[in-house]
Amino acid sequence: MNNTDPIITAKQLEKHYGDYVAVAGIDFTIPRGKCFGFLGPNGAGKTTTLRMLLGLTPFSSGELSVFDMPIPDRSREIRARIGTVPQADNLDPDFTIVENLRMYARYFGLKLDAALEQRIDTLLDFASLTERRNARTDTLSGGMQRRLTIARALINDPDLIILDEPTTGLDPQARHVIWSRLNELRDQGKTLLLTTHYMEEAERLCDELVIMDHGKILDQGSPAELIKRHVEPEVIELRGCDKETVNAVRSKVTDCRMEHLGNSLYCYTHDSGPQLEYLRSEHDLTFMHRPAGLEDVFLKLTGRELRD
Amino acid sequence: MNVWQLPRIRKNAFAIWHRNLLVWKRLIGPAMVLNFGEPTLYLLGLGFGLGFFIGEMGDMPYIAFLASGIVASSAMTTASFEGMYSVFTRMVPQRTYEAIMATPTDIDDILAGEMLWCATKSLISAVAILIVAFFLDVVHGWQVIFVIPVVFLIGLCFAGPAIVMSSLASNYDFFNYYFVLVITPMFIVSGVFYPVSTLPELMQTAVQFLPLPHAVALTRPLVTGQELTQPVLHLTVLAVYAVVSYYIAVVMVRKKLLI
Repeated sequence: MNNTDPIITAKQLEKHYGDYVAVAGIDFTIPRGKCFGFLGPNGAGKTTTLRMLLGLTPFSSGELSVFDMPIPDRSREIRARIGTVPQADNLDPDFTIVENLRMYARYFGLKLDAALEQRIDTLLDFASLTERRNARTDTLSGGMQRRLTIARALINDPDLIILDEPTTGLDPQARHVIWSRLNELRDQGKTLLLTTHYMEEAERLCDELVIMDHGKILDQGSPAELIKRHVEPEVIELRGCDKETVNAVRSKVTDCRMEHLGNSLYCYTHDSGPQLEYLRSEHDLTFMHRPAGLEDVFLKLTGRELRD
Repeated sequence: MNVWQLPRIRKNAFAIWHRNLLVWKRLIGPAMVLNFGEPTLYLLGLGFGLGFFIGEMGDMPYIAFLASGIVASSAMTTASFEGMYSVFTRMVPQRTYEAIMATPTDIDDILAGEMLWCATKSLISAVAILIVAFFLDVVHGWQVIFVIPVVFLIGLCFAGPAIVMSSLASNYDFFNYYFVLVITPMFIVSGVFYPVSTLPELMQTAVQFLPLPHAVALTRPLVTGQELTQPVLHLTVLAVYAVVSYYIAVVMVRKKLLI
């Protein structure tokens, strides 16, 4: 196995629950040493895909290999080299922070020796939890619990770290801390695999990503490639529009692709000059002019209806 | 993966056992009150109180008859409680298994570790009863030492079915069925309070299929210094229950968690 080989290969991977298709025959390869993202709305099949990679969800058909080893035959060996950060924290509430790390090392079959204690100290430092090392986990804030879960995922010095919505439910400060830690890990040469439905997170962290919906992969590429491929480079967003305004703007503003969502109007264009000129002349309109982002790609590919 | 695949137990099972031991050590105070308090009350209250009217049973003072039976039934209830309430807590609301299953420790190891721990708790409770019984002058002879491995086996034999119940449960109330319909009736008919030979003949045959009468048939002579009858049969029944219930528990938990 050399460094250019993909770390994960999936071929025609499929998972059904009765008639319900959770993952509908997807193919993907994940490169080594990068941050790879699965972006998709709730119910897209992201978590199911991650569970299949860990050998925790048996798949209905297809092939899946991690580190060039097939799943499910060698799942245990594969898991020994993976660190996992689940969607909901599942720290052991019966233990303190440092005991959580020690016990998790035991589940990996690691010896509780001086080298491990040193590793735990390094991880606590990485997670900025050194001073709380003897605190019970239920006394920690959401951000601290997440950092501890990430530190726990590193106890076996994994080659691949799988994170299922790593910053869901965290405040902006805590989210930025997690992002900087994940960037550090990638700079150390770890492969990161994460799911998210936060566009900002995907744009900041992911070198490459797939957009998933209804169990299918809609496209794969870097954030910049995906934006270039699917949407016009500039967006003008009008907010607080009633029906009359929408109709007025639609009749005046041409040469752009319009989308209407709630009481906002989006206008996608290659050259915003003429439209902006008109909008500036209409003083009672509130609008925002910005470069197109992943969110625009996401909404274009997955549609705008509500997901539950 | 085929859920019916035969389990393979690795040394990771001891990590689970070790985890539970560490948690237990933290709560050792209340645990000891339960382990020593309950049998003391039972033996003093029933043994002396009821024993005053009964006198002898099965060629021994009633308190000796009762103590040597309760060693077995307490191993049963201890393993059953641990295998249901505690295992269910770790399996479902606390999501401890979910965290462990992301490591090379899998369901086979987790449940093996849990069963070893249930049996360890059975052993602790039985030793507490033996200590109380010793001071009540019920224990006779060195062969009492063999009660320890026997009680461990009794613990394994009841831990498996309890874990199967945990895999079926959707909440704690579900365990009432198992206690009321299985454990309590077995406690009453298995020779703990009176000899099985006083039951109607059909019942005597029926109870031989239950594990607890076999457990009592081992602990009673070992504690009181009487002669063992058919030890191989009794040990085999307990071992078969332990092995088969472990396998069923593994299959059920795989079906529940590997989805």
